[in-house]
Amino acid sequence: MAGPADMKLAELRDALKKKEVTSLEATDAYLARMDKAKALNAYVIDTADKARDMAKASDAKLTKGEGGDLEGVPLGIKDLFCTEGVQTTAGSHMLGGFAPRYESTVTANLWRDGAVCLGKLNMDEFAMGSSNETSYYGNVINPWRRNDGGNADLTPGGSSGGSAASVAARLCAAATATDTGGSIRQPASLTGTVGVKPTYGRCSRWGIVAFASSLDQAGPIAQDVRDAAIMLKSMAGHDPKDSTSIDCPVPDYEAVLGQSVKGLKIGVPKEYRIDGMPEEIEKLWAEGVQWMKDAGCEIVDISLPLTKYALPVYYIVAPAEASSNLARYDGVKYGLRASEFKDITSMYENTRAEGFGNEVKRRILIGTYVLSAGYYDAYYLRAQKVRKKIFDEFTDAFSKVDLILTPSAPSAAFGLGEKSDDPVQMYLNDVFTVTANLAGLPGASVPAGLDKQGLPLGLQLLAKPFDEETMFKGMYALEQAANFTARPNEWWG
Amino acid sequence: MSEPRKLLQGSTGDWEVVVGLEVHAQVTSKSKLFSGASAEYGAGPNENVSLVDAAMPGMLPVINKYCVEQAIRTGLGLNAKINLWSRFDRKNYFYPDLPQGYQISQYKDPIVGEGEIEVELDSGETIKVGIERLHLEQDAGKSIHDLAPKESYVDLNRSGVALMEIVSKPDMRSAEEGSAYFSKLRSIVRYLGTCDGNMEEGSMRADVNVSVCRAGNYDKFRETGDFKFLGTRTETKNVNSIRYVKQVIDYEARRQVEVLESGGTIDQETRLFDVKSGTTRTMRSKEDAHDYRYFPDPDLLPLELDAAWVEEIRAGLPELPDQKKHRFMSEYGLSAYDALVLAADKANAAYFEEVAKGRDGKLAANWVTVELFGALNKEGKTIAESPVSAARLGGLIDLIKDGVISGKIAKDVFALMFTGEETGDPADIVEKRGLKQVTDTGAIEKVVDEIIAANPKQVEQVKEKPKTMGWFVGQVMQKTGGKANPQAVNDILKKKLGVE
Repeated sequence: MAGPADMKLAELRDALKKKEVTSLEATDAYLARMDKAKALNAYVIDTADKARDMAKASDAKLTKGEGGDLEGVPLGIKDLFCTEGVQTTAGSHMLGGFAPRYESTVTANLWRDGAVCLGKLNMDEFAMGSSNETSYYGNVINPWRRNDGGNADLTPGGSSGGSAASVAARLCAAATATDTGGSIRQPASLTGTVGVKPTYGRCSRWGIVAFASSLDQAGPIAQDVRDAAIMLKSMAGHDPKDSTSIDCPVPDYEAVLGQSVKGLKIGVPKEYRIDGMPEEIEKLWAEGVQWMKDAGCEIVDISLPLTKYALPVYYIVAPAEASSNLARYDGVKYGLRASEFKDITSMYENTRAEGFGNEVKRRILIGTYVLSAGYYDAYYLRAQKVRKKIFDEFTDAFSKVDLILTPSAPSAAFGLGEKSDDPVQMYLNDVFTVTANLAGLPGASVPAGLDKQGLPLGLQLLAKPFDEETMFKGMYALEQAANFTARPNEWWG
Repeated sequence: MSEPRKLLQGSTGDWEVVVGLEVHAQVTSKSKLFSGASAEYGAGPNENVSLVDAAMPGMLPVINKYCVEQAIRTGLGLNAKINLWSRFDRKNYFYPDLPQGYQISQYKDPIVGEGEIEVELDSGETIKVGIERLHLEQDAGKSIHDLAPKESYVDLNRSGVALMEIVSKPDMRSAEEGSAYFSKLRSIVRYLGTCDGNMEEGSMRADVNVSVCRAGNYDKFRETGDFKFLGTRTETKNVNSIRYVKQVIDYEARRQVEVLESGGTIDQETRLFDVKSGTTRTMRSKEDAHDYRYFPDPDLLPLELDAAWVEEIRAGLPELPDQKKHRFMSEYGLSAYDALVLAADKANAAYFEEVAKGRDGKLAANWVTVELFGALNKEGKTIAESPVSAARLGGLIDLIKDGVISGKIAKDVFALMFTGEETGDPADIVEKRGLKQVTDTGAIEKVVDEIIAANPKQVEQVKEKPKTMGWFVGQVMQKTGGKANPQAVNDILKKKLGVE
């Protein structure tokens, strides 16, 4: 019989409410499974004691017929979210052992609704990476393996690789994640999970270690569309502590699932057909278009000619903001301080040399360069102008269509080390996802099929700002049509 | 154009001095610019520090609306343009007392644009000084290096406190003008209640920009707006008194002329003022200047102001020093000088108005500026600490006006009140001490007759030199203990001595 840790989040939620299972049973089942799955390196730390305490508190409420929307549901938390009294490293040596005295708004919302914290999930350092290889705490390994018998370790994608891998391997009912250029959607695509990046401003950034403030947005990675809808409803909401958080009501996303998509206009942008993209992805995309058509949608060919500039613009704007956001890690107040130094300058230099990994250093250097006197106008200012034009282009497109359908990532999961020597190859992972961050749009990846090596591939839906409801309707339709039920073999346990 | 106002004589000819000030004024506000921590002065080290001020990971700034209101109020007080759209930028640099690694400031789009204020000089002349801009920014914390031999400490209480940086145009032309502008600015922000102007606590400090150019070149600059006509400027940082501003300008102008006349050049550099020697020295040269990598702060939305709100703030502005000065002149008939002296400080002005209400304004101004201010200055006291309330001073003036006592007796009574020897109502003091003026002409005539009879020589003399009548007045006053009504004494003496 399937145990509580084999259930989808929605099923577990219902079973808990019906008292068919206790939160402590579910929590223990996940903790046991996490123990066996150390090979995946998905969690940086588990919070077993805290999890059991929270589970018991939830059970007390559930017994009385009380409790919130997620009462007793065990979750994994990306290590970018500050969690009170629990180590929060952002995947960096710089924050090794750092335990904040505050709780991020998004996680506080989840605990408010009764969720249980299983532990902190591994990630690329400061969310900078697409393969989880930049984590100071070792890379996460994708639960999926190629069907070629080679047993090569694959990347789960990044930066939310721990979140994606833990959901794919059922090491939590669902996970929080963040997306600055594709860090939710690309790993979701590579692990056969559902990832949702909501509209910029939908979830509070307060208490999330900042990478690029104008692009960062939290969202869930979940086992299916319904689970993602339930998660987002709890995570989202206005927060006066974040000036960029938007004060508008949070809809019940779960309620729209299954509503008809008949008559919805689905835009298919020709510019998302890029050189060197595997044929299978192209085929899957065409299949996705057909599924939506079959569901009664109207397919509209659209053009987003500025798409090719999105990645260069992103790699100016994001590093620029990061170079400033990461200036606070200076060894003065908290986190790492180099043991050897002779004056304040060498303290800064040695601390930052020891504390940051190569990819983070690379982006700090790029960001510092593009903001420098004499280069600001040519790089940063110009990038911001193009960013505005990309936004305008989407606004124009969305005057004609309700949703845009594209592939989520240009490839399936790749082998560890395959792209780590070539930053540009690595950056290309985000080619389909960065546009939504630059324009602030909601975007989601839904698993749609397997490639011939047996690896999952996702399709992406983009929607108008704050129209996650239409996006969820479309996601659900896609999910129904794709009927993706494949699961990785549990080679790790 | 105008004639060069102030010329500095060098050995090779005349020079002109050009001065501009960047004044940092701490916004009067309970909490900081982007956090809820207290902005109060004097707390123990790191007691007023929020998670945001300490730049903990994931913390975000949220603008304090009251600080914005204070900046608008100040802008309106400087007769400046309020920009309904402005933006915050990050100014990036590393320093231990700058926890974020950047200061949130306003770079290209400040909240307040150009304005202009009137500045009165000691000579009585009034000049106009242009305001370039006013922007809001965060203060940094404080590094402390002298507590331990090998360690430095950081106090973040000031970190994030709201500052207004008020930048003048290069409109001042001498040390006197520079310090008078600083003083006027202080008067305005204190009136508005937007900055307490407390320089000892660092609430107001100036970066003083000074350059010199050949006589006549300033006018060419004014005609063309081309800075090439002006000399290279130096910026002396953190000057925290009106007197020091004057010293810095004097010193820098003379130093620059000497350097130029001996064939040297002025470097565009940042300098420090040494209070002890009254001199400035190089802090850092232009080559060492930081590249601050300004860019719009992505954690904050642009600051968009509702025009109606700005108008509401304008309508609620208090009367400002210039308006008050003009009103004192027209309403009370004061001289420009007296009006300025009284209007410069809000508390002084309020005291004066209470004294002057329903009385002779000029007489009231005279008593407040001469007797009261004189006595207060001697004791180093402010108006708030005055032992003589406005009501009692008014009562004293009433006694003079009603002829109950003479001005001279009034001064004696005032002295008794000021020292605290007498704490009662002036009328009671006069009554109790028998200081009432003698207006009984019969009694005065009797004294006059006695004096005339006893001093025939002087009586002869006064017919030749009528001015010597003063001697008789003195004699009468002496005999009456100063209580005789001076007007009555004069009238009677004139009549009896036959003096016109």
